[in-house]
Amino acid sequence: MASVDPTVTTGKRSWYKRNEIAVTPWLFLAPAILFFAFYVLWPIYQSIAISFYAWDGLGEARYVGMGNYVELMDDRAFEVSLWNNLKWLLFYLLAIPAGLFIALFLNQTVTGIRIYKSLFFFPFVLSQVVVGLVFSWFYLPNEGLLNGLLGLFGLGPVNVLGDPTWATYGIIAAGLWPQTAYCMILYLTGLNAVDPEQIEAGRLDNAKGWKMLWYIIIPQLKPATFIAFVVTIIGALRSFDLISIMTNGGPFGMTRVLSFYMFEKALSEYGFRMGYGAAIAVVLFLIMLVFIAYFLWSMWREEQGR
Amino acid sequence: MLGPEPCGGPFDMFPTPIEKTSRQWQVTYQSLLPLALVMWLLPLIAVAIFSVKPAEDFTQGNYWGVPSSFEMVNNYGQVFFNSDMPRYMLNSFLITVPTVVGAVALSCLAGFALGIYKFKSNIWIFFMFVAGNFVPFQILMVPVRDLTLDMGLYNTKTGLVLFHIAFQTGFCTLFMRNFIRALPYELIEAARVEGIAEWKIFWYVVIPLMKPAIAALSVLIFTFIWNDYFWAVVLTQGPESQPVTAGITSFNAQFRAAYHLMSAGSIVAALPPVLMFFLMQKHFIAGLTLGAVK
Repeated sequence: MASVDPTVTTGKRSWYKRNEIAVTPWLFLAPAILFFAFYVLWPIYQSIAISFYAWDGLGEARYVGMGNYVELMDDRAFEVSLWNNLKWLLFYLLAIPAGLFIALFLNQTVTGIRIYKSLFFFPFVLSQVVVGLVFSWFYLPNEGLLNGLLGLFGLGPVNVLGDPTWATYGIIAAGLWPQTAYCMILYLTGLNAVDPEQIEAGRLDNAKGWKMLWYIIIPQLKPATFIAFVVTIIGALRSFDLISIMTNGGPFGMTRVLSFYMFEKALSEYGFRMGYGAAIAVVLFLIMLVFIAYFLWSMWREEQGR
Repeated sequence: MLGPEPCGGPFDMFPTPIEKTSRQWQVTYQSLLPLALVMWLLPLIAVAIFSVKPAEDFTQGNYWGVPSSFEMVNNYGQVFFNSDMPRYMLNSFLITVPTVVGAVALSCLAGFALGIYKFKSNIWIFFMFVAGNFVPFQILMVPVRDLTLDMGLYNTKTGLVLFHIAFQTGFCTLFMRNFIRALPYELIEAARVEGIAEWKIFWYVVIPLMKPAIAALSVLIFTFIWNDYFWAVVLTQGPESQPVTAGITSFNAQFRAAYHLMSAGSIVAALPPVLMFFLMQKHFIAGLTLGAVK
């Protein structure tokens, strides 16, 4: 297109004008790429590099090869954290069916339903710090409402967050609260877009209740389910705030997860072990990488399909 | 708020519209709704009740009874006038607002580039942003803390803002790019035929169409950044630069076991994003659910 333009041959048009279409995207991308490379990409590389060193964050770093990773193998706290991460992954996914359930419950047109929908959703807007505080008070052995309610039935008191076996589940339950709200809103939006003709066709075929839900509704909710899955997995692996606020890793370090343990090792008051912390972060990153690869692959298929 | 309410025939909705069901179920449903809501918000209601109780109720073990006196003004007054809370709130605003502006600006530019132009590495750069957005924070922690220290920005709001802009750019670019992809491409072509410069197409053609996306993204990022805790702990300390999420732990240490004040404090800390949500609900939901429907 530029070659037929007479101004090009006379050289009046600048180099930029001639290459506008090719150059412009890079000019537009430059600030975002620079920021992103500086604060995200480069640090990922650095973290991987640091994981091969013993470093207190101040003095000289000493190369230890796979030393940090070997040490991880025998680290009981690391093992506990890894198991807890697995529990988080598994139980956090309950947010998806729970969100679908509430969405189905609220997908009506009665008066005031909009207010109900917003009020059901709004725990998601609270910061995890506030959610953590709210739930740790809810669980308090004496003052907490949970034990107040259990007391009505002659049960309890239970000290959820003080019990090494139950504390992690108590924290996950707190995390499920906003996460379910998020999944609910995804499904409410999805339900709004379900094809009425298919429902009608299903009704004509005598599909009712569960059958209708399973064979006609859920397949149409696939995009919502995919997003719910992505955000829930990421949320589960990122869990840090709730643990830090509710138990600080205790009791006896039984509620640690990788992200929390890494923070503890790298920046604890017992001395900084940056290299060891970085090694834990790399393990977490590798776990996440499996999911990232899957997400990207799904998105890529979607793109090809267009 | 949640898009157009479905209307029309009797059989086009799932589950079956309540008006089409038995009278009995209608009554049950109408009474289940408020009950379910109260149960859902129970932990929060508990905190709200705590926050208006007097201190004596806690020392006397009256945790769940009727407050012996209504101390809302007193408790919240303490939070506002007798603690560092206003300071933390101000810090949160000074961190959140510049981040929103920065991240939205960068991602408008990047989203335009990736959404409009066809070049070889387009999809790879796009995936780089998407992947970076999913990365666990912890792998960035040690190097970013170091970078911030080296630049002399440790324990400053600027240090936090710069990092937040960079990290949020991942998600924002994904969002903007997908939004721009959905715009009618003919508009761009028509403008090019007219010989309009590319940056003018961006500024005069695309940006006006992106207003809903900008609004949605702004409220989302506002909430995300306001609620950030991890980076606040890693990159700042002390009331001069800490945002409210990190500050609330010092606040709670100051009022140890004073549940009425701690509850009031957390409600205050949670308020700005909650207000933002209720005022901008439509945009908020539109942003969160982008892609949930084909």
